[in-house]
Amino acid sequence: MQALIDSHAPFRQFQPGTALPWLEARRAVGLARAERLGWPTTRLEPWKFTNLAKLSRMQFEPATPASANNFIDVLPTVVAQGNPASHRLVFVNGFWRSDLSSPGRLPGGVTLTGLAATLAGDPILAEAYLGQVALPDDHALAALNTAFLTDGPLLVIGEKVEVKNPIELIMISAGSADQPLIAHPRLIITAGPYSQATVIEHHISLGDHVMLSNAVTELSVGIGAELRHYKVQREHDNAFHLATTVGRLERAAVYEGFLLTLGARLSRNEVRLVLDGVDARARLSGAYLVENGRHADTTTLIEHAKPRGTSRQVFKGVIGGKSRGVFQGKIIVRPDAQKTEGYQLHRALLLTDDARIDAKPELEIYADDVKCSHGATAGDLDDDALFYLRARGIDRDGARALLIGAYVNEVLAEISDSTVQAYFENLAATRLGTDKE
Amino acid sequence: MSGAVDTLEQVRDFTDRKYKYGFVTDIEAETAPKGLNEDIVRFISAKKNEPEWLLAWRLRAYRHWLTMEEPKWAMVHYPPIDYQDAFYYSAPKETAKFKSLDEVDPELLRTYEKLGIPLREQEMLAGVEPSVAVDAVFDSVSVATTFKAKLEEKGIIFCPISEAVQNHPDLVQQYLGSVVPYSDNFFATLNSAVFTDGSFVYIPKGVRCPMELSTYFRINAANTGQFERTLIIADSDSYVSYLEGCTAPKRDENQLHAAVVELVAHDNARIKYSTVQNWYPGDENGLGGIYNFVTKRGACRGANSKISWTQVETGSAITWKYPSCILQGDNSVGEFYSVAITNNRQQADTGTKMIHIGRNTRSTIVAKGISAGHAQSTYRGLVRIMPGALNARNHTQCDSLLIGDKCGAHTVPYIDSRNKSAKVEHEATTAKISEDQLFYCRQRGLTPEDAVSLIVNGFCKEVLKELPMEFAVEAQKLVGISLEGSVG
Amino acid sequence: MLIISNLHASVGDKPILKGIDLTIRAGEVHAIMGPNGSGKSTLSYILAGREGYQVTEGSVTYHGRDLLAMPAEERAASGVFLAFQYPVEIPGVSNSTFLKTALNAVRRQRGEPELDAMQFLKLVRAKCRELGMTDEMLKRSVNVGFSGGEKKRNDILQMAVLDPKLAILDETDSGLDIDALRIVADGVNSLRGADRSMLVITHYQRLLSYIVPNHVHVLASGRIQRSGGKELALELEQRGYAEFDVNEAA
Repeated sequence: MQALIDSHAPFRQFQPGTALPWLEARRAVGLARAERLGWPTTRLEPWKFTNLAKLSRMQFEPATPASANNFIDVLPTVVAQGNPASHRLVFVNGFWRSDLSSPGRLPGGVTLTGLAATLAGDPILAEAYLGQVALPDDHALAALNTAFLTDGPLLVIGEKVEVKNPIELIMISAGSADQPLIAHPRLIITAGPYSQATVIEHHISLGDHVMLSNAVTELSVGIGAELRHYKVQREHDNAFHLATTVGRLERAAVYEGFLLTLGARLSRNEVRLVLDGVDARARLSGAYLVENGRHADTTTLIEHAKPRGTSRQVFKGVIGGKSRGVFQGKIIVRPDAQKTEGYQLHRALLLTDDARIDAKPELEIYADDVKCSHGATAGDLDDDALFYLRARGIDRDGARALLIGAYVNEVLAEISDSTVQAYFENLAATRLGTDKE
Repeated sequence: MSGAVDTLEQVRDFTDRKYKYGFVTDIEAETAPKGLNEDIVRFISAKKNEPEWLLAWRLRAYRHWLTMEEPKWAMVHYPPIDYQDAFYYSAPKETAKFKSLDEVDPELLRTYEKLGIPLREQEMLAGVEPSVAVDAVFDSVSVATTFKAKLEEKGIIFCPISEAVQNHPDLVQQYLGSVVPYSDNFFATLNSAVFTDGSFVYIPKGVRCPMELSTYFRINAANTGQFERTLIIADSDSYVSYLEGCTAPKRDENQLHAAVVELVAHDNARIKYSTVQNWYPGDENGLGGIYNFVTKRGACRGANSKISWTQVETGSAITWKYPSCILQGDNSVGEFYSVAITNNRQQADTGTKMIHIGRNTRSTIVAKGISAGHAQSTYRGLVRIMPGALNARNHTQCDSLLIGDKCGAHTVPYIDSRNKSAKVEHEATTAKISEDQLFYCRQRGLTPEDAVSLIVNGFCKEVLKELPMEFAVEAQKLVGISLEGSVG
Repeated sequence: MLIISNLHASVGDKPILKGIDLTIRAGEVHAIMGPNGSGKSTLSYILAGREGYQVTEGSVTYHGRDLLAMPAEERAASGVFLAFQYPVEIPGVSNSTFLKTALNAVRRQRGEPELDAMQFLKLVRAKCRELGMTDEMLKRSVNVGFSGGEKKRNDILQMAVLDPKLAILDETDSGLDIDALRIVADGVNSLRGADRSMLVITHYQRLLSYIVPNHVHVLASGRIQRSGGKELALELEQRGYAEFDVNEAA
């Protein structure tokens, strides 16, 4: 951690808003905190199953704007690039590439821009939204992100605004040929009261340079707002992806999140949502497909702070050769949160003898009038189903592929946007097809 | 004025009814000096006339304990324990070598009568086969063991562990610490250094133990910790069912109970271990009560062996225990059935570990947690499937029931599977007693207390039915009593 | 035996019953009919002592005692029995345990000696026979996994065992097909007697073809709008509840 801390001073020249006292104060707190906490170790309960020891010994340099000038011709998008309905922002190594971005024709009341540009040009706007959702105090990675805070997408959807087409945020890890890079993008997504929008995050990599992305996402879903938020991560085998998302739902807010993890040597999606208004509804689901010695960690915390909230989580993992899946899902029901309904399911499919799953679903309940349940399973494909297919003439590999595909599609059905669902299904199928070879 | 006195009396009556084992036996005791150091360890060992190897083992444990820290991960909160402010040895005077019950202090016999524990073999009906043999442990020592002779006919050894050290040193040396090593955890290590008594059971090859074996633990002396150690060995093709009960007087200070239980099951052996834990839970405000930090572990060493833990935990201010199974033998089976009831200010963090090592090993976990008042109840469990555990199976069901809005119920299962042919299933639910159920029962004439007791007993049925008959009825009553005052 | 006078009750701020007057004598069977939301179920819950309803005015006298002052279990012990519209499931508690606990609780409160396991079994088997039921369902958990008809029959068995003086049947016909209805009604009829009064609450006339009442009352908008003999039920069957100001109903 010390090397990273030491790299902060020379990095300051790339940080916008160094004249803003509020921002500088936060960066300073973040730096001090990251230094004090150091890299998370497996001795910390939330990191029991994900070991960053090797990662912490690697020499990462902070990515600079200069590292982000790669030539890029093809972007992964759900809505075709030429389509006037396309709204997209592109970031390379954490820095906004306005030449590749195309906010498109957005309804009035919507801001879609880069954080660095906003800090430079409209610091009051930046101050209004940056840090609107508190980050956990004891979190070294979030603190480090704050210390190095520079750029990232800023999306604000105004009151009662409905954005019809998905807004796509494309985060590209390009790395550098010279040394391993670390980027700290900050994503801010705010859905104002009674607004409606769909946001898709694409995390991909370019080339095969070693790169660590330490992203922090702040989500705010206002009164009666509806936010659909889908993320696909398919970085390459030299990439490390650590993402921390904090979200707050107000009264009657509806949030639907999906995390599709297909890549990176080591990845962690940590999502913490607080249902902070009555009648809030959260759905958070995901699928992770890992093989070739990869490690995918999904850690969720759903906190019911107010009455009558509902939460539903469905996660599935497909774990192949020498890979490891980690799922930690916790539901907390605070004393005031009566009439809460919380549901969580995690299922892991172990495809090979050297695959491993660690699952820890957790309920922490302090209110009595609640209905909460969780389930977790681990195992191979159902023998009966496999036999049934083979009895109908499908060979063993074909039958397995079919069943695995169906297994994954089942959780993808949690995605209510049919276009995104089809897009994700396609990505997952491609990945599974590759695995067969 | 007299009204106030009446009310006080009623409250006292009520509390007494709730914990009817809260009396103190006035008996002259021999006590080691307060505090803990190597001399105390030597004192205990000398009192028991132990061989040199055992003293050395105790001292190794003690020295290791000095380097350890108290575990903090459980969801229980209590002020720091001053380990120097307690007595580590207390025994009724002149108890060392009773030839018969006639030599036992009549005060002690009365104590066990009051607790409903039969210590007089001749009081059994003539011609009726005895169903339970009892080892009675009073503070630090075993005061009586019944039906020893009858069991010896079959080659079964059932005696205080201190006696086993004298009479069967090879068996003790072979197995002691073989399941829970002296360095295992803070409380087990402390126990290894200062354990005073407990039961020893050996079932020879091919023998089915003809009666339930039971140990009845009683803490009586003030400021005294109880550190018993139980060791049960079931040799090949044998079977034993063992019961354990616990009570303590009501005292305002907290008392420490740190026991270790080790079970070993060889090929085709089966051990059924049942506990009804009713240590003094403290009063409504959380004053007093036993701190129950217990390490229980069974090793299914042999093929087709089976260890089944059943526990009904209603007492103790704090419960910290995870009866576990190490499933080494192929086709071995581990079971854990648990009811944990917490009321008032009680805290329980309990569950199990099932470590699957052998092929075709199976485990079942059924845990029912009930919280009322300001209590906190946590299920914590680990299911680990090692790479060699081909076709291992686990099914876990955890249900929590909340009564009142000031209590908490938590579920923390860990699943670690490293074998693709293994199937692990975990389900957990949390809910409260529904108003509909309560009203339905009351409409049929039940008082609210009886209705809660009935509904909770139904909720726990899967576990209670695992208890031996002798215990089941008592446990059912206990379930109701433990929850008294929990509904308005 | 039961005198309801000027009974007003509300749930929260919402008035449901707006002045009910009804007198039931020993051995009589009264039917209360009315549209959905007229307050029929509220009346049965108030009589049985369910919490959550505020009696704002009026009184209920049962055998000379103030019924409303008694807790639910005391009403049960004194002979008030409610057959639930939706009998409740209690997992893990067998029917026989439940019945025995209830019966002995009631007997205790009545000052009668409790029955031991053998006496109880004898009694309950006899009751099952009288009702033409098998004792197989005694072993199952209370109402868990029961069909709609089984649940209702189970309630009637409880009624037979607990031997009430006033039986309130709340929409006993709901969710039953014609065969199940006939079986349940036969059970109820076999329990009719000179000492036992019944209050049959129903939306439809069809139940009353099987359980023939002495008196029929129409409850709408929280009040008894009309009373008459058994022919009133048939009249309602043809004309519906339209003439009663249903719109005002809570």
